[in-house]
Amino acid sequence: MVAKKGNQYDPVKALQLIESQFDMVQILNEEGKIVDKDLDPKLPDEELVELMNRMVYTRILDQRSISLNRQGRLGFYAPTAGQEASQLASQYVLEKDDFILPGYRDVPQLLFHGWPLYMAFLWSRGHYAGSVIPDGLNIFPPQIIIGAQYVQAAGVGLGFKKKGQKSVVITYTGDGGTSQGDFYEGLNFAGAYKVPAIFVIQNNQYAISTHRDVQTAAKTLAQKGVAAGVPSVLVDGMDPLAVYVATRDARERAVNGDGPTLIETMCYRYGPHTMAGDDPTRYRTSDVDNEWEKRDPIVRFRTYLEAKGIWSKEQEEKVIERAKEEIKEAIKKADAQPKQKATDFMKIMYKGDMPFNLQEQLDAYAGKESN
Amino acid sequence: MAELTMIQAITDALRTELKTDENVLLFGEDVGANGGVFRATEGLHKEFGEERVFDTPLAESGIGGLAIGLALTGFRPIMEIQFFGFLFEVMDSVSGQIARMNFRTGGHFNAPITIRAPFGGGVATPEMHADSLEGLVASQPGLTVVIPSTPYDAKGLLISAIKSDDPVIFLEHMKLYRSFRQEVPEEEYSIPLGKADVKREGKDLTIVTYGAMVQESLKAAEALEKENYSVEVIDLRTIQPLDIETIIQSVEKTNRAIVVQEAQRQAGIAANVVAEITERAILSLEAPVMRVTAPDTVYPFAAGENTWLPNAKDIAAKAREVLTF
Repeated sequence: MVAKKGNQYDPVKALQLIESQFDMVQILNEEGKIVDKDLDPKLPDEELVELMNRMVYTRILDQRSISLNRQGRLGFYAPTAGQEASQLASQYVLEKDDFILPGYRDVPQLLFHGWPLYMAFLWSRGHYAGSVIPDGLNIFPPQIIIGAQYVQAAGVGLGFKKKGQKSVVITYTGDGGTSQGDFYEGLNFAGAYKVPAIFVIQNNQYAISTHRDVQTAAKTLAQKGVAAGVPSVLVDGMDPLAVYVATRDARERAVNGDGPTLIETMCYRYGPHTMAGDDPTRYRTSDVDNEWEKRDPIVRFRTYLEAKGIWSKEQEEKVIERAKEEIKEAIKKADAQPKQKATDFMKIMYKGDMPFNLQEQLDAYAGKESN
Repeated sequence: MAELTMIQAITDALRTELKTDENVLLFGEDVGANGGVFRATEGLHKEFGEERVFDTPLAESGIGGLAIGLALTGFRPIMEIQFFGFLFEVMDSVSGQIARMNFRTGGHFNAPITIRAPFGGGVATPEMHADSLEGLVASQPGLTVVIPSTPYDAKGLLISAIKSDDPVIFLEHMKLYRSFRQEVPEEEYSIPLGKADVKREGKDLTIVTYGAMVQESLKAAEALEKENYSVEVIDLRTIQPLDIETIIQSVEKTNRAIVVQEAQRQAGIAANVVAEITERAILSLEAPVMRVTAPDTVYPFAAGENTWLPNAKDIAAKAREVLTF
């Protein structure tokens, strides 16, 4: 139907019609109450508990990582608190053979997909051994270039499709990432080839300091899928059930041959962009922080699980203790990793197959290293 | 043995590898039913089908990302950048991602990706089609950069590129596509990457060059022969990594050298060659090693390109300067 105002075509109305289709999906509200019974995934108790375990674990990992970074015992770190539902409920849906192409804040998903924690720490420290991905683990190390993972996801999806493999690729970027050319190219390629891919936009409101409203005139980021002919949905990214359902449905469509989905998860990062000097007080007020903290994913999920009688303070304490213990062990293991040598770099790049001039460089460094 | 043009030899290499390895995929803008804008992929879509040879949406970075993702799932992608001047659109995929895949994952993932692209001046293209951008990719560790100058070399080198487990950029000079024919074996054969070829032997001077400048250098060598100078012409074939051994051996024999490139002079491959010669063979030299290049400007519009491009005359003149130093 052509959008009209009187007897004239009305492009404004056409846009409004599209935008009106992207109201935010919420299943579990801020008070921990199910507000949409139809959409409730009705997960078994043990799965709800497992999802809570992972979110609590990740919150502790975030707190410890920040403090380890301040002590100089970790390197690059992008805080995750506030995004646990968005990250972990989406990963929760995946099967082992599904592929994750992460952004740099997406370490938690990689850990629960099988990346050993000590390797994540080594990666954070800038040690190559952190990203020597174990065999059979379908992940790529965290992407630093904003949006690059989106075009790559289209390729992994096409690979799965060509092999007839019933797996999906999932990739993550932030609100700022949706302004990149690669965001559109990746989404468009995935749609054009109808590949099994899930594109997640974790809209945490700020690209470093730049507010999401500066990025685009689009009312929602989810609607950006419309232009590429890709089914899209906006969900409450601090509601683990809404994120779970959106990702579950996207995965199902993907493995059934129905192509990619774009999911915008509305969330917030409580911490700075990274630990490398970002100061959120320069661009956010504590009032805004407080508003978002009221929607906290862990608080609302705890309330929900406690009301169901399947979660207790003791259980939470246990997870916290386990997290602290595993973090300590992983740091120990990371500390034990030998320092990197220039000869390591050359051997990785050339695998011993070097022309004589590179062999000269290798020998020169080997000489220095043996001194 | 059939006499093929360079572009026919390229098509032949692509067909050979599509046949040999079912994981080889070929894609890019208009490479499918259309057979590529230069017909380099002529007939391949029909022969191997949409699954193996396919068109992409018009977005170079998307093509680069597609290649990476397909490599991550076990394929051996051959991606075409329709003209190498469009490299800037896909620079992150090429230098930021493909080149680093192996290093970034400590050797866990590799990128057996061949990036094919036409380039080069002298065929009156619009802007951003003819630029010699090989120096830009040659400066990125992790990439091998190949530029063939003959039909025979093109087939053997392209087969090696496709078989390589590491990324190779394979640049096809547009002026050489159909400029001459050469006998090219029908069977599969490979020419090792990183090996130069002595295209003409000589005793008095070495010309080190690559791409379309090989033919110009051979013409210059013929002119100089009439003046009783015996000139050796080395075709680098792979510009990164350089075949330093072949260059040094030749210079130690001739004691004089010039380096010729079509690209502008600044920060070029020729400068790398000069540096290697002076570091390794200065005591063999009877004269400074000099360069013949285009001037340090942006590539000109089509009607001006023949003034800009180096030619056999320029090469012969510079050779005389070095020979009589």
